[in-house]
Amino acid sequence: MRWRSDPPGAAGAAAVVAAILLVLNLGALGMVASRAEGWGGWSAADGAALRFTLWQALLSAVFSVAMAVPVARALARRRFPGRGALIVLMGAPFILPVLVAVIGLLAVLGRNGLVNDLLALAGLPRVSIYGLHGVVLAHVFFNLPLATRLILQGWLAIPAERFRLAAALGFGPGDVARVLERPMLRETVPGAFLVVFVLCLTSFAVALALGGGPRATTVELAIYQAFRFDFDLGKAALLALVQVALAGAAALVALRLTLPAELGPGFDRTVTRWDATAPGLRAQDAVLIALATLFLALPLAMIALNGLAALATLPASIWTATLRSLAVALVSTALTLALALPIAALAVRRKARIVEALGMLTIAASPLVVGTGLFVLLFPLIDPGKVALGVTALVNAAMALPFALRALTPALAAIEADYGRLADGLGLTGPARLRLLWLPRLRRPLGFAAGLAAALSMGDLGVVAMFASPEGGTLPLALYRLMAAYRMDDAAGAALVLLAASLALFWIFDRGGRLDADA
Amino acid sequence: MIRNSLMALGLATTMGAAAMADDLPVLNVYTYDSFVSEWGPGPRVEQAFEATCGCDLKFTAVGDGAALLARIQLEGERTAADVVLGLDTNLTAQAAPLFAPHDVSADLDLPVAWDDPLFLPFDWGWFAFVYDTTRLASPPRSFRDLIDSDLSVVIEDPRSSTPGLGLLMWVKAAYGDEAPAIWRALAPRILTVTPGWSEAYGLFLEGEADMVLSYTTSPAYHLIADNDATKAAARFDEGHYLQVEVAGIVAGTDQPDLAHRFMEFMVSDAVQSVIPETNWMYPAVMPADGINPGFDAMIQPAPSLLFSAAEAEALRDPALAEWRDALAQ
Repeated sequence: MRWRSDPPGAAGAAAVVAAILLVLNLGALGMVASRAEGWGGWSAADGAALRFTLWQALLSAVFSVAMAVPVARALARRRFPGRGALIVLMGAPFILPVLVAVIGLLAVLGRNGLVNDLLALAGLPRVSIYGLHGVVLAHVFFNLPLATRLILQGWLAIPAERFRLAAALGFGPGDVARVLERPMLRETVPGAFLVVFVLCLTSFAVALALGGGPRATTVELAIYQAFRFDFDLGKAALLALVQVALAGAAALVALRLTLPAELGPGFDRTVTRWDATAPGLRAQDAVLIALATLFLALPLAMIALNGLAALATLPASIWTATLRSLAVALVSTALTLALALPIAALAVRRKARIVEALGMLTIAASPLVVGTGLFVLLFPLIDPGKVALGVTALVNAAMALPFALRALTPALAAIEADYGRLADGLGLTGPARLRLLWLPRLRRPLGFAAGLAAALSMGDLGVVAMFASPEGGTLPLALYRLMAAYRMDDAAGAALVLLAASLALFWIFDRGGRLDADA
Repeated sequence: MIRNSLMALGLATTMGAAAMADDLPVLNVYTYDSFVSEWGPGPRVEQAFEATCGCDLKFTAVGDGAALLARIQLEGERTAADVVLGLDTNLTAQAAPLFAPHDVSADLDLPVAWDDPLFLPFDWGWFAFVYDTTRLASPPRSFRDLIDSDLSVVIEDPRSSTPGLGLLMWVKAAYGDEAPAIWRALAPRILTVTPGWSEAYGLFLEGEADMVLSYTTSPAYHLIADNDATKAAARFDEGHYLQVEVAGIVAGTDQPDLAHRFMEFMVSDAVQSVIPETNWMYPAVMPADGINPGFDAMIQPAPSLLFSAAEAEALRDPALAEWRDALAQ
């Protein structure tokens, strides 16, 4: 086919990006394997870990997405004060360091948490959060907001004109669901499901802290053990490969289930939902939004409450670490967008979903294996401590890439489907097409992607722990150092700083993408 | 904005390098992360050693003891490390091929005899279950007591944490072939198993569990730093397993003399007097002025249990399998 309107060098740029991703994923894995002395055997315990990993990831993804659909629908068709703030808040759990989020969650659902105190007041037995249900609950806490945001993007992408037309045709909620919403969901839900599933595949700290014992062992933990205690790099690489293969298989299934919705272009008018004015529907949406808000905001409020007291007396090093983390987050954000746009363009214009799938594999890559691989790669060349922050920014960018792609690719596909021919007709190619068509219309998903990338990088502890010099740590690392020094109160203060900084970054970018847009 | 942040990034990454600008010989010391944090012994050790050595002491921090071991193995013979601080006896057998004899004779104050030519202890502590005296009036006096109680404990995973591995060895040392039965009976008491010490201790302080696997000296932190006397360690009749943290000279070091001086320095008063209130462990050599009297309030377990490095290495995999099978039921 003819792609005369390809931005110049788009294919080249995408190839470079793909190469970077390959190095980060398979290259790192290969580097680890290259240092292996033989391949460790597959034990019965590894099989059990694999089964638990799959089962909890499946449950977590099912619950997250099943709950995200009604919540996203409620958010899409209601306007209320604080809605924007709520949507920003939705980014929070996902970007928090696991430990911080788990402590917030326990303040609500733990043995001495709010829920159990209420149960005790009512004379009911206390419930325990520890076990498979605790793992799934924590994963839903992390991923429900993300899934909601991804699906909400789909809703917001339905042009206002369609709803106007639906109203003119006398559509009820059922008709709207059938004609407008279901096709949109067919497009967005498999992707959201996949993202959550793959994220939960590599879960390690949640499963361990709330799992209640070795039954709750994930493949990532097996990698940890193989690497750190047994120093069996072959086995670590093998397990990491299994993890990537699982994610790859899941990605293939999800992409197969994804059907493009063809809704046509619109004029970006404010959506008015004449179909959802019935009092019953209003009440239903109000309850859903209230419950989701409680579920997400209470633990965050507890983190804030716990940290407030220590805030004024935090050691100075926490603030320098915060600045360092902000710098890493901004660089990582720029990198994410620079990596994501060419891939999205290629994926849309050549229908080359394989590139997108490659991006998706990045979240399935074991952080430990990627960090180790990069270390093996860089160690002979340069002092790892000197490139710690740069490597962290790059790896964080690669981590954020799948989310950026999930937000950008469908939006770009819609733009090209709706305006591509017009732009071709006008001879709008190359940088002009990027500047006049893509960037303005991509502003909302770009803002979302940048916000996620920045916040994710802010909260990441993965690679930096492997590389950082004593005086060069990021905020999450500083937080762990406080805890390791018994300074749990200061750590709670640092957690609040981290929460606030991550949210602020997310808010600024996400808001920037939605200036003068009603969403 | 992006360019500014890039500059900030560049600045941050070169700051570490600036310290080495002059031509002093560099002694590279690898250790675990909490050792070098501003609350750990690292900064004071560095200052004191650099005041006399005419060298630049450069710490590299790597996670915890197990991560440290993996890092040295990963770097292998090309490692820049001259000295490694912070492996414990459960890990040293695996690391031994990479180390050279230290030739330092010190008058060690350990509860066990020590004659390892490769590794020199710089601090030690007993593992113990720590509890809150306001919530628990009569703590268990043994593992069997704990089994018969209705208490909940948080432990660390032996596959990802050195205290977790320590508990595994503790049960094995105290109960030998009975260890699997003890673990099976303990299972209902275990609230959860965390990836590391910080998570477990955090859960305990949040009130999630009655007890946490930590050290007999943990209450000393609360007592001395926070003036909080509500934390205590339970004394078990079986005895307590030891963690002995050691320093060793890397065989391929290009600074053998400096490394040797540093090893002697590690067991000198300058370091040993700093250890108790920064690392919250017992000094390997009692400093001339003694240590903070707050430590007198800590329990004194007996007997002290400790496998040799070779025994610990041989026992680890079978003990781990027993642990996993017992708790997975």
